[in-house]
Amino acid sequence: MNESKRSRDVSRRQALIVVGAGGLAAAGLTLLPRAASADAAAVDAAIKDLIGGKTPQAGRITLELPQIAENGNTVPISVEVDSPMTEQDYCKAVHLFADKNPLPDVASINFTPVCGKAKASTRMRLAKTQNVVAVAEMSDGSVYTAKAEVKVTIGGCGG
Amino acid sequence: MAKAKPRVKVPKTAAKGEVLEIKTLITHKMESGQRKDKKTGDKIPRKIINKFVCAFNGKEVFSADWHPAISANPFMSFYTTATESGTFEFTWTDDDGSVYTKTAELTVK
Repeated sequence: MNESKRSRDVSRRQALIVVGAGGLAAAGLTLLPRAASADAAAVDAAIKDLIGGKTPQAGRITLELPQIAENGNTVPISVEVDSPMTEQDYCKAVHLFADKNPLPDVASINFTPVCGKAKASTRMRLAKTQNVVAVAEMSDGSVYTAKAEVKVTIGGCGG
Repeated sequence: MAKAKPRVKVPKTAAKGEVLEIKTLITHKMESGQRKDKKTGDKIPRKIINKFVCAFNGKEVFSADWHPAISANPFMSFYTTATESGTFEFTWTDDDGSVYTKTAELTVK
């Protein structure tokens, strides 16, 4: 029992080391234009950092994004979470990620019950065609996720 | 750099219990830290607004943490319920520690 737990811990540590090394390599490569990008694993790691060991469920989030973004420098994004927004039951936060940007984090949006509606819009940068992931944290501890793909004609991270 | 100029759009009056949309915009380059100076090849250091907070009568209603993937001249819109008359205070915090603020009055009938 103990033994198996230890081996699991080790493999998790190794996995983290791999992710960390990947991050360092990516940081080192930023000098080469467009060589640096996060990937799905980095997004998963970032999500895990924020919400801990909870497993996100699908649903309750509406992500509004253009299917094709001509200019990756300013891509409109609107996110709405289906929630009654009362003191007892509300959406605490929505985290946005982009899996092929140099840095996967985009924004964390924190709501309070006073908001009345868990909806917000902003504009983001996308380096290339990729998935945008939204993760919503509810007040009861449940976590929801949604994903949308955006095709980007001109990337928006310099280079 | 030019001084960041915040702009907000808040209805002047509202009915009690009404859910209002608030739109905010601030002029800021949001330098991502990924770009290179074309002449020297050096990286341009990161300088972004990393925190946006909206408070109503001193109580926080909405906030957002921004990362370099937020576009230049960051725009943010969100909702709030009108409960009483008072003042909205919007605060943007820069990487270098500067704080930009803007206020707006709301009258609830």
